[in-house]
Amino acid sequence: MHPAYSVIVFTTASGAGYGLLIWLAIAAALNLVPHDPVLGFFGLGVALALITTGLLASTLHLGRPSRAWRALSQWKSSWLSREGIAAILTYVPAGALGLGWVFGEFVPGQIAAGAWLAVPCALGTVWCTGMIYASLPTIRAWDQPLVAPVYVVLALATGGVLLILLLAVFGYDVRWAAVVSALTLALGWFLKARYWLAIDTANKTYTAEAATGLGRFGTLRPLDPPHTQPNFVMREMGYQVARRHAEKLRRLSAVLLFVLPILAGLVLLLDLPSWMQIAVASLAALSTTAGVLTERWLFFAEAEHVVMLYYRGGAA
Amino acid sequence: MTSLPEATSKKLGLVIDLDTCVGCQACATSCKEWNAGGYSAPLTDQNPRGRDPHGTWLNRVHSYEVGDDAQSRTVHFPRSCLHCETPACVTVCPTGASYKRASDGIVLVNPDTCIGCKLCSWACPYGAREYDTDDGVMKKCTLCVDRIYNETFAPEDRVPACVRACPTGARHFGDLGDPESAVSQLVKEREGFDLLPEMGFKPVNKYLPPRARRDQTAASAPQAAEQAVDNSSSLADRFFAWADRSLAR
Amino acid sequence: MLNREPDIALSEPSADEIKTTTCYMCACRCGIRVHLKDGRVRYIDGNRDHPINKGVLCGKGSAGIMTHYSPARLRAPMKRVGPRGSGEFEEITWDEALETATGWLKDVRARDPGKLAFFTGRDQSQALTGWFAQQYGTQNFAAHGGFCSVNMAAAGLYTFGGSFWEFGEPDWEHTQYFMLFGVAEDHASNPLKIELGKLKEKGVKIVAINPIRTGYGAIADEWIGIRPGTDGLFVGSLIHELMRAQKIDLEYLVRFTNAHWLVIDDPKGAGDGLFARDEAGQPLAFDKVTGALADATRTDIAPALVGTFKLPDGRSGRPSFALIAERFLTDEYNPDKVAAATAIPAETIRRIARELAHAAFEQQITLDIPWTDTAGRRHEKTTGRPVSMHAMRGISAHSNGFQTCRMLHLLQILLGSIDCPGGFRYKAPFPRPTPPPNKPARAVGPNAPLKGAPLGFPQGPEDLLVDSGGKPQRIDKAYSWDAPLAAHGLMHMVITNAATADPYPIDVLFMYMANMSWNSSMNIPAVLRHLTAKDERTGEYKIPKIIYSDAYSSEMVAYADLILPDTTYLERWDCISLLDRPISGADAPADAIRQPVVAPDRDVRGFQSVLLDLGARLRLPGFVTETGTPRYPGGYPDYIVHHERSPGIGSLAGFRGEDGKSYGRGAPNEKQLDAYIAGGCFHEHRLAPDQRYYKHANKAYLDWAKDAGFIGTSAPITFQLYLEPLQKFRQAARGHGAIQAPATHRTRIEKYFDPIPFWYPPFDGAPGENEAFPLSAITQRPMHMYHSWGSQNSWLRQITAENCLYINRARAQKLGIADGDWVWIKSPLGRVKGRVRLMEGVNPDTVWTWNAVGRRAGAAALDVDAPEATRGFLLNHLITELLPEREGGYRFSNSDPITGQAAWYDLRVSIEKAAPDEQGETWPQFVPLKRPVLADAEAAA
Ligand SMILES: Nc1nc2c(c(=O)[nH]1)N[C@H]1C(S)=C(S)[C@@H](COP(=O)(O)OP(=O)(O)OC[C@H]3O[C@@H](n4cnc5c(=O)[nH]c(N)nc54)[C@H](O)[C@@H]3O)O[C@H]1N2
Ligand SMILES: Nc1nc2c(c(=O)[nH]1)N[C@H]1C(S)=C(S)[C@@H](COP(=O)(O)OP(=O)(O)OC[C@H]3O[C@@H](n4cnc5c(=O)[nH]c(N)nc54)[C@H](O)[C@@H]3O)O[C@H]1N2
Ligand code: SF4
Ligand code: SF4
Ligand code: SF4
Ligand code: SF4
Ligand code: SF4
Ligand SMILES: [Mo]
Repeated sequence: MHPAYSVIVFTTASGAGYGLLIWLAIAAALNLVPHDPVLGFFGLGVALALITTGLLASTLHLGRPSRAWRALSQWKSSWLSREGIAAILTYVPAGALGLGWVFGEFVPGQIAAGAWLAVPCALGTVWCTGMIYASLPTIRAWDQPLVAPVYVVLALATGGVLLILLLAVFGYDVRWAAVVSALTLALGWFLKARYWLAIDTANKTYTAEAATGLGRFGTLRPLDPPHTQPNFVMREMGYQVARRHAEKLRRLSAVLLFVLPILAGLVLLLDLPSWMQIAVASLAALSTTAGVLTERWLFFAEAEHVVMLYYRGGAA
Repeated sequence: MTSLPEATSKKLGLVIDLDTCVGCQACATSCKEWNAGGYSAPLTDQNPRGRDPHGTWLNRVHSYEVGDDAQSRTVHFPRSCLHCETPACVTVCPTGASYKRASDGIVLVNPDTCIGCKLCSWACPYGAREYDTDDGVMKKCTLCVDRIYNETFAPEDRVPACVRACPTGARHFGDLGDPESAVSQLVKEREGFDLLPEMGFKPVNKYLPPRARRDQTAASAPQAAEQAVDNSSSLADRFFAWADRSLAR
Repeated sequence: MLNREPDIALSEPSADEIKTTTCYMCACRCGIRVHLKDGRVRYIDGNRDHPINKGVLCGKGSAGIMTHYSPARLRAPMKRVGPRGSGEFEEITWDEALETATGWLKDVRARDPGKLAFFTGRDQSQALTGWFAQQYGTQNFAAHGGFCSVNMAAAGLYTFGGSFWEFGEPDWEHTQYFMLFGVAEDHASNPLKIELGKLKEKGVKIVAINPIRTGYGAIADEWIGIRPGTDGLFVGSLIHELMRAQKIDLEYLVRFTNAHWLVIDDPKGAGDGLFARDEAGQPLAFDKVTGALADATRTDIAPALVGTFKLPDGRSGRPSFALIAERFLTDEYNPDKVAAATAIPAETIRRIARELAHAAFEQQITLDIPWTDTAGRRHEKTTGRPVSMHAMRGISAHSNGFQTCRMLHLLQILLGSIDCPGGFRYKAPFPRPTPPPNKPARAVGPNAPLKGAPLGFPQGPEDLLVDSGGKPQRIDKAYSWDAPLAAHGLMHMVITNAATADPYPIDVLFMYMANMSWNSSMNIPAVLRHLTAKDERTGEYKIPKIIYSDAYSSEMVAYADLILPDTTYLERWDCISLLDRPISGADAPADAIRQPVVAPDRDVRGFQSVLLDLGARLRLPGFVTETGTPRYPGGYPDYIVHHERSPGIGSLAGFRGEDGKSYGRGAPNEKQLDAYIAGGCFHEHRLAPDQRYYKHANKAYLDWAKDAGFIGTSAPITFQLYLEPLQKFRQAARGHGAIQAPATHRTRIEKYFDPIPFWYPPFDGAPGENEAFPLSAITQRPMHMYHSWGSQNSWLRQITAENCLYINRARAQKLGIADGDWVWIKSPLGRVKGRVRLMEGVNPDTVWTWNAVGRRAGAAALDVDAPEATRGFLLNHLITELLPEREGGYRFSNSDPITGQAAWYDLRVSIEKAAPDEQGETWPQFVPLKRPVLADAEAAA
């Protein structure tokens, strides 16, 4: 599948934003951080900015962005529609939480309610994002049980790293956040590794012979393509990344996304001067960002669409 | 309309005969020509005079070889929307622009509400959805919905453009939901098949397989008389003896 | 609300108006309906009533809009302002253009009209263009037939008065066995497709003989992957087997052919190999009833087919059939002997022969149609042998094509399957007498028209256009000893010959609708040099003036001095005439017109009208009235209606006579074009049932055809199994007669002018012989593209914007070549680079590509980096136009020695992997052409 930058930016930015939102909400609800309005303003501001940037980026992917509102109508069957609704819904508790945090509670329990409602909404939104992909039987690499969980866990992990940075900048205790992040990152690593194993070993159930119904005559090989230059379908679904190249990128993304940030988390357990904490947390955030972008790029680039059987033959 | 109709009263579709298709592309260009000015207008082209010409086509013709060596075959393979009964291209659509008509089963995109998210093209296993970059909306075979019911047309012209054009008669149009229809009969007779049935989309369009080759016929066995070689004279002598007869003009 | 199905317009009218006309996206000439909306072409579909396409439309025809609106359309007349080939032009007025042309042509005509070479490519108006040449007085006229399929036309016309090509068709309804030789697409594009579809439906066996399995071959029941150029061995072997099995229709032979005519056996004598004739010139046969010689054309004899008979003058004679049988019964045509060379297993050949015999003799068809033969005998039923064949350029585009095609006709005739139910059938105006009676006309002199049409059919050395020294009198050397039966000329040699002054230089080259500096020439680099070569003394171009009419900015435009821009096919009148290449079916002679369905939006004019205007300005006889005013001031439509070739015979056969009720012959009818338009732009005359079969000997048909003006006599047409005219040339090469072949040509004539068909290796090397160039390289037409016209269509070029070289998978593996590799394709002439695609369905000794996809950078209003120019390639660069030097340093053209047919498919090549840094781009690259002034303002800017 063609790794469209708008979609990669969307999923990574909004994922991190939802992750951060979730952690801040939990922290607020459990009083793990003081209700410091500046922290609230910046923390939730960053989270919502990331979410909003992501959502806006996703509309860049649309042919008719001005009609984007129409995407909210088909929640009964469409994960994309559900995602949109969930995304919008999330703004409500997140807003309540933010307003309460920054300006003080307007109604009793506003912060707690906002916090506790924001968590499932945000989780749901990310889950829907994952399900957009996971519900497509046409793409074996996506039609996997781990796809949506990985989306959720990576959102939490990338959000967690941002939370560390935030706490570090504001000079609050980062240790609990470092522990939680490291654990989520480790879980993410575990799940992603399982996912990679799964797509590498999953049976290629669809063949060009089945796609054309011509298997009775033997192996099928394309002779002349319908059009000699690539068309929309080939550009969109025909993206291919060399196996060796993909391997390298997988390792790179694992290091950047998991290994380095986990190490950073461990380092942050040490008693470090605040500037060093900020430096380490910044490096961790940069590394995760690069890592998750690579991971997301690979998520598309490594995914093969069955339609390419018609163009290339073979199996998918 | 993202939800699929429970059942459609008709299942209009195409039956494509892989045994007679010669790959002439008439179905592809006539489709382009009709639709470029019809329901799907515009069907844009990118870079039409340049290095990388491509555009939106609703029907494309592949050619394949199957099998090895002498046993192999060349098969031409036109591919357009199969108007599936349970297609995910419809259910994934967030806007309802993609829908399946309850009356006849035709799967359409509403060009006024499509946001061009391309998700339906990801959901279609058959590559039947083509995003029109310049128009910003998804396009696909409409089964020539603006021809088949067109009251300004002579009745015999109320067929899809590709069927109307196909020189070899390899394309058939009709109601595959009616077991008595000519197309259903043809499918039955010729053992028409579904593409990727495992996918569970239940395509309405059917493909007819290439027939068994008749590269041996009853006549091809050597006849006994022919084999009994008379060695007493040369081939020419025998032939001349046979040809030396009284023949009236 | 969101969940309701939207209302959609189901009954939008497709047009404000629908007009019928005739397609010209290829030469098939289907009937089309053009849907016009808001003054623009909205859609084109097939005319269901039309005899050719019956409503269907092919891939090209359905893309007609984009050719009509092509940005490559020329906009106005132009004169060249930069050097030739630069593409620098200036627009001029029509008046200036026509005056310039008139000035050039008037001068030439006053000195030596033959110094005008007028060649008209893919012309469909040869009745007019040939007449122009005749009235102008130049013998140097022809259209594209010489590089197309003249072998097919000539072999058929000389043998049985018809031909494959578009002169006949299988009896699709009744045939039980169909063999398709060397056809990828054909001129009968839609008819073939329609009928193949029906044959498949009926379960009639289709056998495709073709080195490549694509298109029609893909749906055939049996594909025979023959080695190129060896069909003569295969067909000869089938004949061998049929004779061995005694499956020959002897009755048919004595009735309709010259099988029983006695051939003189007199090895040293002047008459050797000619037919024995009586005083009246009638051929002789031996009558078994009387035991004496008799006029072979009499119907009351029982002629012998074997034996040796004493002739009255003491010499002896043998029935031609005996000579023929002797040839094919030799071991040379034994399946076991030909299997290796043809790459067809002997058992397959034997089996096909059995199947043919079975279909012909066991499945004989009898129709309840009474008919009367030319002897006046009534037959209550019409019987037939339902075996049919069709062949095209795979047979004819080889240097052995004429003889191979004759052999194919011999096979059909031995099976008794010409113009019978289930067999191969003539389309009117065929059959015509064998050999055809019209001879090529000779140059007369300054300001004088020729006495007849420039093209014709020589029957012996006396009909050649050579001077007393044997030197060719035509610029293309047609009708010379180089190519005596060059019935369509040799357009492919004109540029080369004119530039090298061999046989002489010319003053003006006038061409129409042929891309001669690209895909319709051989050895393009040399042709480009010829077009720009200058005389060192005068500094003038060796071909001093070139006038060209094209509708689009083709490669050829860049090399002309004066451009006469044509209309598109939807903007003009045209005439698909029975005098030219009609659209008849076997049961119904038919002709058609093209009418302008939209007006040109540029300053362009239909070429035929321009030619009439030129003729009038030149005051050519027939083009002006007695008072010197233009005879056809209304242009082509005026001519179509009013021109009479002979009294009562004109361009269109339908609606003649003042009342419009006559067919074939009749006075011009002012309302004729209206009547055609009312009828869908065509007219069909259905033959009566008793006129439909055995037309060559069918009294009702022949009498009617004579009346309609198709033929001059209603005498039966005798199939020339043994082709005496060839023997006449041979005798001249042996030193007999008043006109003798020059010494340089004698062995060649002796060898190839065999009156009995035979196989010889194509000139560019026999199969398996040529170590350095072990592979045959051929081309095929893609069904969706028409030559180079296709790539200027913005839709069609999306389907194919570049071509590959296809190689047999196993063969490529041996050569270490993988799918997608770029390779050098080498011939003795040079090399071309292309990308490889592997396939199974191709003869292992053959490589091939789609024809005319490669374009020169800048042509056809394509961007200079279009894949057609950067990745697409032509094999034409590798095909030599001249064969290697023979004795005396003479180089014959790379053509069939009998007809001059261009031998495109003799090409032999070797393949070598390109170096890693050579991948990705084709070679050779030519200097990109500047865009001339084009119709599309944007493109011009
Ligand atoms: N290698 C190889 N070469 C071949 C062949 C092959 O099989 N292999 N085939 C040969 C054969 S059979 C043929 S017939 C030739 C064909 O070759 P060409 O006769 O050169 O055919 P086209 O490329 O179609 O070019 C004809 C010209 O007509 C112009 N044209 C198109 N429409 C119109 C119109 O309406 N009016 C005017 N005035 N001009 C128009 C086009 O722009 C083009 O320049 O190629 C020959 N060359
Ligand atoms: N779509 C389309 N239609 C066209 C044209 C076009 O350009 N495009 N051009 C028109 C013109 S001008 C012409 S002349 C006709 C030509 O129509 P065709 O005769 O069909 O033309 P080609 O494409 O040259 O096909 C020649 C076939 O012969 C095969 N062949 C080559 N060598 C041999 C051999 O030695 N033996 C046998 N048995 N087969 C051999 C080739 O593989 C190829 O399939 O088509 C006309 N129709
Ligand atoms: S073929 Fe594709 S686009 Fe058409 S209905 Fe089926 S899934 Fe949808
Ligand atoms: S591209 Fe249009 S039709 Fe397809 S899913 Fe998106 S909104 Fe629906
Ligand atoms: S039915 Fe109409 S839209 Fe569909 S492929 Fe055929 S011509 Fe195209
Ligand atoms: S028009 Fe008919 S024969 Fe031609 S490619 Fe399409 S289905 Fe095949
Ligand atoms: S075969 Fe096709 S291009 Fe040729 S005349 Fe017919 S419709 Fe036109
Ligand atoms: Mo041709």
